[in-house]
Amino acid sequence: MSWRNLFLRNKVDREWREEMEAHIDLAADAFLAQGMTPEQARAAALKQAGNLIARREEIYQMNGIGWLDSLWSDLRYALRGLRHQPTFTATALLTLALGIGANTAIFGVIDSILVRPLPYPHAEALAGVWHTAPGFQAFGENLSCTPSMYFTYREQNRTFQQFGIWSSNGASVTGTAEPELPRALVVTYGVLDALGVQPLWGRWFSRDDDTPGTPQTVILTYGYWQRRFGGDRSIVGRILTINAQPTTVIGVMPQAFRFGRDPELILPQRFERSQVSLGNFSYHGVARLRPGVTLAQANADQARMLPIWLNAWPPPPGFDRAIFKNAGVAPKIQPLKQEVVGDIGATLWVVMGTLLLVLLMACANVANLMLVRGESRQQELAIRAALGAGWGRIAREMLIESMALGVIGGALGLGIAYAALRILVAKGPATLPRLDEIRIDPLVLAFALGVSLLSGALFGIIPILKYAGPSVATALRGVGRTFSQGRERHRARNILVVVQMALALVLLISSGLMIRTFQQLRTVKPGFKHPEEIQILHSFSPAAIVNQPERVMRSHQEILDKLAALPGVTSVALADSAPLESFISPNNPIYAEDKPYDKGQVPPVRRFRMIAPGFFQTMGTRVVLGRDFTWTDLYARRHVAMVSENLAREIWGDPRAALGKRIRVGNTDAWREIVGVAEDVYDDGVQVKAPPIAYWPALMDGWLFGNDDQGFVTGNGMFAIRSSRAGTQALLAEARQAIWSVNGKQPVFLVTTLKELYDQSMARTSFTLVMLAIAGGMALVLGIVGIYGVIAYAISQRTREIGIRMALGAQPSGLLGMYLRQGLRLAGVGAVIGLAAAAGLTRLMSSLLFGVTALDPVTYAAVSALLILAALLASYLPARRAMAIDPVEALRAE
Amino acid sequence: MGDSPDLLPGTLYMMILRSLNPGPLHGYAIAKRIREWSKGDLQIEDGSLYPALNRMLLKGWLKAEWGVTDNNRRARFYRLTAAGRKRLEAESSAFNKMIRAIQLVMRTS
Repeated sequence: MSWRNLFLRNKVDREWREEMEAHIDLAADAFLAQGMTPEQARAAALKQAGNLIARREEIYQMNGIGWLDSLWSDLRYALRGLRHQPTFTATALLTLALGIGANTAIFGVIDSILVRPLPYPHAEALAGVWHTAPGFQAFGENLSCTPSMYFTYREQNRTFQQFGIWSSNGASVTGTAEPELPRALVVTYGVLDALGVQPLWGRWFSRDDDTPGTPQTVILTYGYWQRRFGGDRSIVGRILTINAQPTTVIGVMPQAFRFGRDPELILPQRFERSQVSLGNFSYHGVARLRPGVTLAQANADQARMLPIWLNAWPPPPGFDRAIFKNAGVAPKIQPLKQEVVGDIGATLWVVMGTLLLVLLMACANVANLMLVRGESRQQELAIRAALGAGWGRIAREMLIESMALGVIGGALGLGIAYAALRILVAKGPATLPRLDEIRIDPLVLAFALGVSLLSGALFGIIPILKYAGPSVATALRGVGRTFSQGRERHRARNILVVVQMALALVLLISSGLMIRTFQQLRTVKPGFKHPEEIQILHSFSPAAIVNQPERVMRSHQEILDKLAALPGVTSVALADSAPLESFISPNNPIYAEDKPYDKGQVPPVRRFRMIAPGFFQTMGTRVVLGRDFTWTDLYARRHVAMVSENLAREIWGDPRAALGKRIRVGNTDAWREIVGVAEDVYDDGVQVKAPPIAYWPALMDGWLFGNDDQGFVTGNGMFAIRSSRAGTQALLAEARQAIWSVNGKQPVFLVTTLKELYDQSMARTSFTLVMLAIAGGMALVLGIVGIYGVIAYAISQRTREIGIRMALGAQPSGLLGMYLRQGLRLAGVGAVIGLAAAAGLTRLMSSLLFGVTALDPVTYAAVSALLILAALLASYLPARRAMAIDPVEALRAE
Repeated sequence: MGDSPDLLPGTLYMMILRSLNPGPLHGYAIAKRIREWSKGDLQIEDGSLYPALNRMLLKGWLKAEWGVTDNNRRARFYRLTAAGRKRLEAESSAFNKMIRAIQLVMRTS
């Protein structure tokens, strides 16, 4: 065998033919010389040469690659066979395309999010710098960095090549027609260097840019540059007014740059070294590890630096250093990818698992179709076997046919996956990170091909075992059409249907559990009412008045009055953040006057919200005890506070005990008396326990974080408007005008409704629900089709038997019952197996459930009932047809 | 190969190699020479030479070139390569050994 000859084969063959003709001529010449006539000579020459055609064929084979040749011919044979049965082929292909398509799509998502490295050069060396701190539980599992840590880590580390800290923010751009607040990424020197993405134009920040006192600079991202400046290259060097300061554009990032919350501007973070303290855990750390440094080494290095940090910086005013010492701050450097991807992996793998089960069901369905086909081809196969075709040969042919089906189905599936991913990226569920990186890459293509071939082999092997086994020749005897089929002839198909039923049950139970989870989430009283009626928007106070708290508060109140006067508005409120906007809510320690803490003992760190009167009323949050703040509380700077019910219970054991007690934040600020207790608000989303919240007046004095005797005011105002017109452009335009008429042209940002925030908090559950519902729906349809097919086929094969039975007096209802019982038995056995499997498998998804256990009896019972009913219906339809059989017709038909 | 059953396996190769030892020949001449040597005892169809020739070409024992015969007919001429020559030597000594062995067995029985 030789590849060269394979390709030149036809040319080589021509040469041999010429040579053989020459041979005959030479031989004939010799016979002529012996005195024969030309005809005799030629005949003698041919006789002496023997069968030259066979010899050429032999040579032709010798020059080829045997298995490739016969593969090709088998493939053509298989495709011809498939073309001749368009219904079978179309059904099988559609089933496979859906199954493979769904799996390819979700694998594309998994590949893009979990498998592929982040879009930075040598992304594996990038790490997120975090901490754990058992003493600061309110910050959750991941405690971020303080400005002081930035200095310590930058100067003392031995394992970072680059290090910087960053935060996401908004930056107002004014002096243009429409003031706006683009999303800004605020970075210290070192962040962009660590990421290693070069700017498209201009330069990165240098050390000068994050030194206070130097001219302000900004880098634009590609999208913002295109949108606002039309991709004008002369933008570098231009001066924009950002946060009321002239700011020079020094660069533009390339289109592929991704980081943080999809920023539009990148601003330098500037810390005044002398003002930095141990506190303010508000910044994300990112580091590029030196080559060869492991995460363990980096963590050890961080552990070494933490004591240096603790001693090098002062505690924030009003706090003891001991609090920070006792909080137990420990290192937690983890791959940056983990930070970006989060825990979406659990959801994606569950979805992938369910879709694989769907594919398995699809394969079972196709195998069933193949069995039917095999049944009708049995005679053909038997005859071929009788004529000398080996069973290996027949098996190979059938396998090639199913593989071809698998690959064509996979190709169609790839199209479906492509479309599904386009829709997914366009719809963009907020819960999916790296959404814009989703695409079909070679790995996904390889996956699709692998799954196609595997599916082909899987559903191909079953009919082969049944029809192309070594006993194929004996089949001739049993194919007389006048016999009803033996029980064992149905066994393979029955087993397939049972498997399908079991799989369908598992899938339906998992989607049922998600539906129940969603229901349970809906029943949680979130601590606010009719969120769809609440319009939320944010705006800053003008820079000119921010240092005059009273004036700021008056302008807020003026805006509130104007908003309240808008048509259709029932109430309005002001706070520093809305419920579910926990990403802008601060967390701080709380001391209760009657609960003495040892010096240095860490008090509980709890969520804070600064509010003006009317906040609870507008949100629909009940004030359980006591009263709301009044405007007099604010303007008279009365030392008052409110707490959530769970905070009151946590500190004093009983909400009623909270009234009249006094709390504060540090050890130098004023004690404030609790005047009211409010209903719990699910501020982190309804899946998460409602966090305890302390509410403070939006205007105060003696506040730890206020700068001076002027007092403290909430400058970033969150305005909430309760109105049936919430969410409309008209209301938004009017509200914007109201704000601008008081504050001048300040950007209005974070515009949303409370309902949207609420839905976003359930986005992951909805995503999982939709995915599992799709899988469950497909499973139900496949299962029903499977049962229907088996019963209908059994009946069609037994028409004659049914005719005889009815001629002998069998009642139609009896026959109907017989088939219903058959369908029911299959479904029942499948359901029992499925229940057992579901009990084991649904445990894997328990992290996605809320308010139901993985063994929720309601779901299990309802789904089983649904499946049995569906199975009954699927058997009833073909069985009813059987009753309509006319015995005479049935007997004559054979 | 479909060799005629009364031919020992591999002998056809050996005979072809042997026939080409004196110099290049075309297929008909090879067949003729083998027929003459065996005095008609070996029942070989001329055609069965060609698969053998093809295989030997693949193995690199032979080279083939188109040329013209004495009486002006186009034909392909085969000649031994160095590998073919070595093969001939190895085969003939092995063959002789085997024949001797067979004769010994036949005599003692």
